Amino acid sequence: MSVTDVEISTAGLPVGTWRLDPTHSSASFAVKHMGVATFRGRFEKFDATLTVEDESAELVGTVDTSSIVVKDQNLQAHLGAPDFFDTERYPELTFRSTSLRREGDELIVDGELTVKGNTRPVESRGEIAGPAVTLGDVTKLGITLEAIVDRTEFGLNWNAPLPKGGFAVANDVKLVVELELIHA
Amino acid sequence: MIVLGVAGSLRQASYSRKLLRAAGRMLPPGVDFVEYDALKQIPPFDEDDEPEPGDAVEKWRDALAGADAIVFATPEYNASIPGALKNAIDWASRPFDDTVLRNKPVAVIGASTGMFGAVWSQAELRKVLGAAGARVIDRELLVAAAHEAFDEADELEDHDLRLELDGILVELLDNVRRRVAA
Repeated sequence: MSVTDVEISTAGLPVGTWRLDPTHSSASFAVKHMGVATFRGRFEKFDATLTVEDESAELVGTVDTSSIVVKDQNLQAHLGAPDFFDTERYPELTFRSTSLRREGDELIVDGELTVKGNTRPVESRGEIAGPAVTLGDVTKLGITLEAIVDRTEFGLNWNAPLPKGGFAVANDVKLVVELELIHA
Repeated sequence: MIVLGVAGSLRQASYSRKLLRAAGRMLPPGVDFVEYDALKQIPPFDEDDEPEPGDAVEKWRDALAGADAIVFATPEYNASIPGALKNAIDWASRPFDDTVLRNKPVAVIGASTGMFGAVWSQAELRKVLGAAGARVIDRELLVAAAHEAFDEADELEDHDLRLELDGILVELLDNVRRRVAA
């Protein structure tokens, strides 16, 4: 990896404003389905900005809830309806960090996630790579974060009981973002 | 503002129709209450018929599309929704990603001659409407012993039930206003 001249903050993060490269980033979720398997979906449209100064850092993100993508068209329509994300009333979900810290290649980000008008604290962990000088002399940073949230705390309560007990969809949902960020 | 009323029973003198009309009379000035009364004309849902569903289905979909909100009053058959009502919702729910019910504010009320006031069919109807994409008010109105529940003017005799129904309608119209304001 090419060495850059980006300064490092007291929290060990590269100083500057880092904007999303949407083509090379993803925002997805995974939830246990029928108690046995893992169902995954993703959002096509989202944005994120990491701002690092000497003494502070903030990661903010927004997701266009209507850009949800799953493999079944009918399910996709249901996920956008009031039973789930209610995209008419809540077109965005948002994240704003309250603390970021780096421990080697590990990144720990606490913050507040707002979904359907419900704001709850979220703890996420992941990896940070870079900064590195890439093609065209563009300096980039890679961040991967995972968090587990209880969807019912955000008003996503839909479920269906199974004939022999249990429910079709788990309450815990894993959120995963993989961000390629460009030094502005 | 137009509120469409749909009774789940086909019988003209049904208690659910009586309840629906009582709800219609409680709507405030400026709200037009339109009763849909042709469930019996809607053919059984058949995917083969979707390209040309026929006049009855077109009129049903138009009635839903033209309404700002919908009140469904349902009886309970075998602990569930009457078949004709479910069939009509199945037609209305297609295609799923562009259904006339999508984001439409809807309320569900119900009446039965038994002790439980169509509680199960209301729960199932809310589930079905939610799956069809509607904005379903999360409340129920349980009119039990429906044969004794109305006075000579066909109004609900029970004061608390009238208050509950009024609250449901207020919430329904509030959802319409919120949608218009957005």
